[in-house]
Amino acid sequence: MACGYIYSCFYHLFAKLAKILSMANGAVIEQNTSTLWGGGRQPFGASYGKLMMWFFLLSDALTFSGFLTAMGLYRFKYEETWPIAENVFTHFPFLHGEHPLLFVALMTFILIVSSVTMVMAVNAGHHNDKKGVVLWLGLTIVGGFTFLGSQAWEWYHFIHGDKGAVIAQDNTVYYLTEAGSEGKILSVFELVTGEKKPHGDHSEFTTEQLRNAFAANGSATLRLPGKGDKDGVKILSRKEAENVLASAEVIQGASLRANEYGNVLFADFFYFVTGFHGTHVFSGVVLNIIIFINVLMGTYERRGHYEMVEKVGLYWHFVDLVWVFVFTFFYLV
Amino acid sequence: MANHNLPSEHHESPEGTGWIWKVFWILLIVTTVEVALGIIKPEILMGKFLGTSVLNIIFIVLTLLKAFYIVAEFMHLKFERSNLIWTIALPVLILIPYLAFILLTEGGYMNVLMAQ
Repeated sequence: MACGYIYSCFYHLFAKLAKILSMANGAVIEQNTSTLWGGGRQPFGASYGKLMMWFFLLSDALTFSGFLTAMGLYRFKYEETWPIAENVFTHFPFLHGEHPLLFVALMTFILIVSSVTMVMAVNAGHHNDKKGVVLWLGLTIVGGFTFLGSQAWEWYHFIHGDKGAVIAQDNTVYYLTEAGSEGKILSVFELVTGEKKPHGDHSEFTTEQLRNAFAANGSATLRLPGKGDKDGVKILSRKEAENVLASAEVIQGASLRANEYGNVLFADFFYFVTGFHGTHVFSGVVLNIIIFINVLMGTYERRGHYEMVEKVGLYWHFVDLVWVFVFTFFYLV
Repeated sequence: MANHNLPSEHHESPEGTGWIWKVFWILLIVTTVEVALGIIKPEILMGKFLGTSVLNIIFIVLTLLKAFYIVAEFMHLKFERSNLIWTIALPVLILIPYLAFILLTEGGYMNVLMAQ
């Protein structure tokens, strides 16, 4: 009895609410509910697959922003030992010397171009132009592999290291430098052998060799990797440097535990953020290849539309979008 | 039986491929400007502004500009129905600044805890 009364109260309340809401919309809309919930309608004007791709990309965007913001937090926290990207990513294939930013700029360019070829493929799909889709989607796949290759090249150099550094007992990393050089980084190779480091050299040095060479070179000292303050980077006095070096070790290259560039989290975030992005690029290439094969087999020609190309296109553009942010927050800022 | 494999309804987008190349040149030029600024690092842009350097603010603004062109033009969001546009844009526009704000301001509390 009481149950029925409460139920009817709620029923009338909701009926009233529904009426108010529909009136707020301008007029009471009469709709046949059997066709309304019968499927086959597109409330967003997008197919199920396309809509779900958008929702997936939305959640993925939040994941990436979580990574990048976490990196920002630690970067502010460990400003003194957080390396500057220009001191880390200095290589360019077949070129000698230091070329900061140039290689990442090239990688960005590759991704932008592959995004353009993807739009061309989607555009060709709208016109049911199979040859066009094959050409442009094929070029997109080539672009994807080129990017992955560039990333492998960059990881190789990051893992092997460049100039080498010193890691203290408390895991603080110090670069070698010379007094009066405004913190210009001296490579371990240069300090030990006295010669300029040849291109692509990966010889390893012991802590013993480093200590002896340091003792022999009166102007050698240490500096922190961070960008420093108004007065420039933080350079240790010779006395402080000798104290640090008494218990420190030489470090070359980068692993997840320690790296020659600076704070351990710098390399960890490098591997994690660019690795997670690279995984996306890789799965994007795989998806593109699957769709490419389907296009060749005429699957979408028979279906009458090339919307599948549009869906993987969304994913591919998202990969480019994420890289735009990684590029800024990892390499530029 | 409803067809669940319907293609999306067609939305008008510019004819031809001219608009694609226009967006390409915009992205390329903005990236080139970013790289050039990153290499030169003009002294005049190193002043503090909103807790970071003016240069960094310029980088972030240019990045958001590129992101807009990729999402609006390449991902075609500009031409979708407005309910889809807002369904995608609002969570991003609200949640990401919120996440960044909470983490970067309140994250400092971690230093206090770890010092104990």
